[in-house]
Amino acid sequence: MRGQELELLTPARLVVTETNGRVCVEPQGDWVIDTVGAVEDELRALASRADPSAIVYSFTQLGRIDTAGAYLLGRLTQDCADPDGDFHYLDHHPVAPGLIAEVRRRTLSCAPVKAQTYGFRAAVARLGAGIEAAYLEGLGTLGFLGHTLTTAASTALRPWRFRLTPTVWVMEEAGVNAMPIIAVLSFFIGAVIAFMGANLLQTLGMTVFTVDLVAVTVLREFGVLITAIMLAGRSDSAFTASIGSMKMQQEIDAMKVLGIDPFEAIVLPRVIACTLMAPLLTFGGMVAGIAGGMVVAWSTDLQISPTMFITRMHENTDWSHFMVGMSKAPVFGLVIAIIGCRQGMEVGGDVESLGRRTTASVVQSIFAVIVIDAIFAMMYLELGI
Amino acid sequence: MSEDIIIEARNLRTAFGEHVVHQHLDLQIRRGEILGLVGGSGTGKSVLLNTVLGLKSADGGDILFEGRSMAAMSNEERRLIESRWGVLFQNGALFSALTVKENVMAPMREHVELSARLMEEIADMKIGLAGLPPEAGNRFPSELSGGMRKRAALARSLALDPSVLFLDEPTAGLDPIGAAAFDSLILELSRALGLTVFMITHDLDSLHAICDRVAVLADKKVEAVAPIPELMRHPHPWIQEYFNGPRGRAAQAGL
Repeated sequence: MRGQELELLTPARLVVTETNGRVCVEPQGDWVIDTVGAVEDELRALASRADPSAIVYSFTQLGRIDTAGAYLLGRLTQDCADPDGDFHYLDHHPVAPGLIAEVRRRTLSCAPVKAQTYGFRAAVARLGAGIEAAYLEGLGTLGFLGHTLTTAASTALRPWRFRLTPTVWVMEEAGVNAMPIIAVLSFFIGAVIAFMGANLLQTLGMTVFTVDLVAVTVLREFGVLITAIMLAGRSDSAFTASIGSMKMQQEIDAMKVLGIDPFEAIVLPRVIACTLMAPLLTFGGMVAGIAGGMVVAWSTDLQISPTMFITRMHENTDWSHFMVGMSKAPVFGLVIAIIGCRQGMEVGGDVESLGRRTTASVVQSIFAVIVIDAIFAMMYLELGI
Repeated sequence: MSEDIIIEARNLRTAFGEHVVHQHLDLQIRRGEILGLVGGSGTGKSVLLNTVLGLKSADGGDILFEGRSMAAMSNEERRLIESRWGVLFQNGALFSALTVKENVMAPMREHVELSARLMEEIADMKIGLAGLPPEAGNRFPSELSGGMRKRAALARSLALDPSVLFLDEPTAGLDPIGAAAFDSLILELSRALGLTVFMITHDLDSLHAICDRVAVLADKKVEAVAPIPELMRHPHPWIQEYFNGPRGRAAQAGL
């Protein structure tokens, strides 16, 4: 029940009297949207057995009526040849007949929504559609990469067109501001590796190898992976959401009309900033990860002092591990920025697609990072680095 | 008080930080009337609407509904009152995840007990009432044109047969024929159902055609509230310019 006024409503009732071929329908009480639910079944039953041309209304007992009530009453006579004829109305009512006629005139029947199909065929069809969509997504992303690279090349030929200010802004927003969280995460990852490794190596009596373990895993893999995953979760979603809402507000269209290439103005600064910042963030992550391992090695019963840790690293850990880790960073940065920007550009007119694209952007970029990491691992293994 | 006042703004003050939008603003909406609100760009028409709707809190003064202060009401009371209000926002504000029909059914699901079948039938009726073609019901708001979206939003605002209808620029973006049909629909509903309508509009034709009274927002307050013929004699320069300017005269001549 709504509102104080509405609490004073009297319930809708229906009195039907059938005399010599005429069906007299006498609505009583208030026939408004809050009350008509009670008489719906009764009316439906009446409609199915009564001849619509024999229906007459008497409104003497009718209280308030609104469009919902008028609709229900009017439904009784809608199949009559002359639904609004005066003979339907026994007595005068200031509103009801007009409202019933008006509502009936404007009521349209809307086609029901096509129901979802089930069964084996439908399941196979959905699987096929999913695979096709994944293929098209991949193709689209590659196309976007190509478009961005040609834009970068044409900007390189005309360097005065390069947008320095937005690039630096994105570098700060997506790069510098992400440093603390990446450092903290890497620190803990380094600490966990040292802890787990120490436990395992202690049983073999080779605790000093904890240093090598931490150094190699953090430098080769974890520094860059943590950075990439944080970039994907933090900056990538921001790229998609901001470009997507610009798309929704027609800002991208406005740019095109004004002769501004959105790839040059929006995509390129983000891609360049992300590609440049990823190695720097990775370096920070590596330093923090090794520091985490160092703290654990020193503070637990391993008793490896920082000096010894660093000496051991100097002697035993090859520079190539650091290089391998760093070499992956710009690639990850590029892929993440490309996916984030592309998904943003794909946003349609509705809010739903913005949410869907933002999710897709994060999922796809983490997926891409891990796949590319595996490819790198195989490649370096073959090269013997 | 001779007239039956349904909503009243009393000594209202609204501000965004340092920027004062309304000061000492008084406005009375009578039951069953169609009240138009006009004012230059940036005079705070939409802000006033949002304040009355409770979307923005007033920085001073009071909004009264049937003589009682909205601010002093409990949340439950407010919710009940608000369920009797229909609002048409400037850009429609349809739920983009739902089809038009589901949009219209949303307030019904929330507030009244009806069978799903009847709810769908009533939704179809409201969609037709708002002047949309039948196939629009199953479409999503993003698939509709601006004018159709406005009609869909009107259908949703009428879903519960509200007693007060707030319209923010209802005819903006409609073609003149559509706008005229919209006007006559509002007028019909208002007369048949005793609907109180508060509409912000810049459409001089619809002001002339359907508004009982027009409130003019100027200098941070309601400068005048009166039927248009009376307003045309008002000395305020903006009002003179508005109703007696070339467009104002053209609209009047069109009657």
